[in-house]
Amino acid sequence: MRLEPIENPTLARKLVPPALAIIATVVITALLAMIAGANPFSVLGLIVKGAFGSKFALLETLNRATPLIFTGLAVAVAFRAKFWNIGAEAQLYAGALITVLLGTGALAWPSFAILPTLAILSILAGAILLLIPALLKTRFGVDEVVTTLLFNFIFLLFISMLLEGPLKDPMGMGWPKSARVLPEARLPRIIDGLRLHWGFALAIMSAIIVWVIQARTTLGYEMRAVGLNRQAAAFAGIPVNLVLIKTALLSGGLAALAGFSEVAGLKGSLTLDLSPGFGYTGIIVAMLALLNPLAVIMAALFVAGIFVGADSMSRAADVPTYLADIMLATALLLMVLAIMLTRFRIVRG
Amino acid sequence: MEIIDILLSASFWAAAIRIASPLIFATLGELICERAGVLNLGIEGIMVAGAFAGWMAVYSGTGLWIGVGTAMLVGMLFGLLHSTLTVPFGLSQHVVGLGVTLLATSATYYAYRLALPEVTSPPKIQAFQPWDIPLLSDIPLLGPALFSQTPFTYLAFILVLVVSLVLYRTPLGLAVRAAGENPAAVAAQGLSVTAIRMGAVIIGSGFMAMGGAFLTMSAFDSFFFEMVNGRGWICIALVVFGSWKPGKALLGAVLFAAFDALQIRVQQTSLAADIPYQIFLMMPYILSILALVLMSRRAQVPAALMVPFNKGER
Amino acid sequence: MDHDAPTVLCLDAITKRFGKLVANDAISFSLRKGEVVALLGENGAGKTTLMNILFGQYTADSGSVEVFGNPLPPGNSRAALDAGVGMVHQHFTLADNMSVLENIILGTRSLFVPRLDINAARDRIKELSETFQLAISPDEKVGNLTVGERQRVEILKALYRDVRILILDEPTAVLTPQETNDLFATLKQAIANGLSIIFISHKLHEVMAISDRVVVLRHGKLVGSVNTTDTNKQALAAMMMGANATPPNIAPATTGAPLLVLENVSTPNIGTAPGLKSISLALKAGQIIGLAGVSGNGQAPLADIVGGVHFPHTGTISLNGKTIQKWTPREAVKNGIARIPEDRHKTGTVSDFDLTENAILERYVGAPFSKGGWLNWRKSRLFAKDIIAKYDVRCPGPDTPIRLLSGGNMQKLILGRVLEADPKIVLANQPVRGLDIGAVNYVHSQLLAARDRGAAILLISEDLDEIIALSDIIHVIADGQLSPAFLRNQMSPAELGIWMSGQGFDTGVAHAS
Repeated sequence: MRLEPIENPTLARKLVPPALAIIATVVITALLAMIAGANPFSVLGLIVKGAFGSKFALLETLNRATPLIFTGLAVAVAFRAKFWNIGAEAQLYAGALITVLLGTGALAWPSFAILPTLAILSILAGAILLLIPALLKTRFGVDEVVTTLLFNFIFLLFISMLLEGPLKDPMGMGWPKSARVLPEARLPRIIDGLRLHWGFALAIMSAIIVWVIQARTTLGYEMRAVGLNRQAAAFAGIPVNLVLIKTALLSGGLAALAGFSEVAGLKGSLTLDLSPGFGYTGIIVAMLALLNPLAVIMAALFVAGIFVGADSMSRAADVPTYLADIMLATALLLMVLAIMLTRFRIVRG
Repeated sequence: MEIIDILLSASFWAAAIRIASPLIFATLGELICERAGVLNLGIEGIMVAGAFAGWMAVYSGTGLWIGVGTAMLVGMLFGLLHSTLTVPFGLSQHVVGLGVTLLATSATYYAYRLALPEVTSPPKIQAFQPWDIPLLSDIPLLGPALFSQTPFTYLAFILVLVVSLVLYRTPLGLAVRAAGENPAAVAAQGLSVTAIRMGAVIIGSGFMAMGGAFLTMSAFDSFFFEMVNGRGWICIALVVFGSWKPGKALLGAVLFAAFDALQIRVQQTSLAADIPYQIFLMMPYILSILALVLMSRRAQVPAALMVPFNKGER
Repeated sequence: MDHDAPTVLCLDAITKRFGKLVANDAISFSLRKGEVVALLGENGAGKTTLMNILFGQYTADSGSVEVFGNPLPPGNSRAALDAGVGMVHQHFTLADNMSVLENIILGTRSLFVPRLDINAARDRIKELSETFQLAISPDEKVGNLTVGERQRVEILKALYRDVRILILDEPTAVLTPQETNDLFATLKQAIANGLSIIFISHKLHEVMAISDRVVVLRHGKLVGSVNTTDTNKQALAAMMMGANATPPNIAPATTGAPLLVLENVSTPNIGTAPGLKSISLALKAGQIIGLAGVSGNGQAPLADIVGGVHFPHTGTISLNGKTIQKWTPREAVKNGIARIPEDRHKTGTVSDFDLTENAILERYVGAPFSKGGWLNWRKSRLFAKDIIAKYDVRCPGPDTPIRLLSGGNMQKLILGRVLEADPKIVLANQPVRGLDIGAVNYVHSQLLAARDRGAAILLISEDLDEIIALSDIIHVIADGQLSPAFLRNQMSPAELGIWMSGQGFDTGVAHAS
């Protein structure tokens, strides 16, 4: 067999493979639920209901989507330039670390001054953390996939060290947990009485800003050119290494905002389970969004919904929550295959 | 002085070899994939799946070697999935690899939860026991270090030899290497690039799963979450460190494991009194990055690594 | 050759379509034992597609192939090789990091035989290389070989398998005239050993020299099949090109001031590719300077320096009399250098970008296409539309991804992109490679028009005929050294060939110093 590009794909060609991918994902999930001895229809129903079925569920989904929008954007920006940042998890913790370092009393300013400062310094921390793999790549040609992956482990151990040492909350009854940030350093709720903080709004704004950068600015144009064809970009005079470094700074900064938003908006303090793998899930979010920053919002809501829904389904139907992870991994693999099939047809010989 | 004492003890080197064994399997597996031109980032998840599959088989009553075979088979299935998507369909090896890692990890955890819903502490199996090789194990220092290991460890060393021989001394190995250097050359000689690359990824993934199985069946005797803990990613660094050569990769794995064994022992000495234990745990990852930086300029990367091949592309 | 010899190969009504393009339209012909058939046609006429079908790289939509009277299963290179058909591809299919021997024996034994038998293979290769006059050392890495040597490895690959039918796709494109003679000697030896040969070319004099029979393709159709003794170059040219056979009419040049001057420029060797060895070159207004030479002899580093991609290791560049300190692609573009890169797919364009995005690729920084980091898509799109109209780029519109365009239309967009800036200097690196005759004439006429406007043009090509036809001044480059300047019609192709093979430089260097 051979793949042949399709010059003018029809509407059906563009829609049918992704639709089949979604159907196949649902079917596989249902089969797995059956293996667990549950009724597949009720499992699927419980997931949807648990994610979007009530005001509480919806707010939970929005809260869960917030860090995923940030990490999804971080991955989308980096992957667009074919800079493989798999280290959003570490950059998230870098942002969270800055937020507790400075938010617990080091900066005793009013809210309007302290929150932007924390956000900006978090961005800087995440950017600097990703700068190291970026420089290793541009200077020494070290593959960033492995370095960013390994940085996740190193940085989490570093956080663990701080939480058991200098950052440990004396009031924490022995738990490795930081002190709580000051009330001035907490992101307020968007609407009084609704459990949804301004981090969500910041995430939406970030998505729009990233979209504008990619579509309208020379930097975004450079990033796309570098991602699509590094050789042509270099020949045309685009400073490829500089663009990769700028991409890394932007990507690391976005991921760090997830940590800032989680600490300042939701948790109030830093623990080792602040992120249940938001950095890695960001990869799924970005891929499902086809790296489009605005679509990242939708993809993050979908992924967050699956997680939140699976949590409540698991309690009700006694099916392990890992079903959600399987569902997302399947969706990811089938979706990249489906997208390829919208552009190529399989021919013999 | 304490460090020198450690370095001269047979038990230290025995531990190093033990730590190296799973890395050797998985590094060989990754090396075979990359030699054929396919980066397999599914390695971390495939190791998790292998660790569980081998352990689960033995836990449900099969023999140890059947368990190893089961792990390998499960790894090969994930290899089949990875290679189907990356070779004939030519999808991004980065994305598919990470997707396979996520899928293999979550499917394993799901299966574990289904198989053992009630357990709080993971059950144990009767794992591989050390097997003294007659005469050789009596050599001072070297004997206890090298020749009083489990049969699973001996298999790792045998496999290095076998993979070397196949890669450099057989028509099959020649074809695999050529597929990683220039797939068009393979196609022009009437061979199927798709078959060779898929075969390499499937076999390589089987070896990765055996590396995972070593953890539950020889190093420890039970399965728990997070037990692979980045070993797969370290193996990818080891392939680079070993310049894509089995012998050098073995050397890298043993060297790496020796550092790891050293940090575990130094932690227990007075030297480590004021150093947080996390610093020691970071060492393997930091070493991997340093190894990558050191080798990046010198390494002889397979020329067609990560380059998909579409027959008759114009 | 024996006219009663048995037919060894028979193609019957082969048809192959790529999308709307009919690459081969019901083509039939046959080959007899000991015969050399030349498959003649312009680029894009369908020669390579036809041979790839025969060799099983493609599957035909309809039609059949018979070898030695047996039908050949479609889409199976292995079956073709087993039936005795071997192919030397235009773009070599060799693994650079492996030895000559490894490349040759790859796939010749079952993959599951436990050993390689290197020594027997080495003896066999030595024997073959003596019989067929193909000097090669079996244990050398292919990456260290010259282009001519690599071709010998490709031929040995086929001979090692005892093929009876040898297909050579544009084998002389990368050879010096002397190397071409050596190749012909090898082919004659092969015929004497009972092989039959299909020789793909678009060079008439070679076809006349080597073939017994000529089969001509045009636009995917077979337009003629004649015995070589019954025809001549003019008749073949008419068949090959149809009505388009009008080479450009070239007015004499009016030479102006030197615009870009390289003095004693050297670059380091990269791997086995030679760097430049202290070359000096002046590009003058209103002149086409042709750079002849076998590819890989220093053309790439020279093009990179003129195009701003690299700064020379030693030596100086001066532009309009001023020595250059800072030299990047952007500086080069800013200083009025139009750059037509060697590979329009890989370096000239970003294939997933649309025409607009590709049009501004070199000049998106600053006016008129951006301001303060913000792109002006409206002006960019107008620019693309302008190029489309002026340079006759056939496409649905400026928002089409450029990968959907044919090579010729892609090249027209690149031409428009660089020529619209009214450049003082044009770097044209292999500007017509792989284009059909209409596009070739178009590109050439644009280059000549630029020259007549007073631009200095550096034309780099492997095609000696193209260099001779267009250049006012010819330099030969070989092993990183530059020959003295030769005026139009000063040297015959054979004399240039001597320089291309690296001879003549001893005296040449002495002359320059």
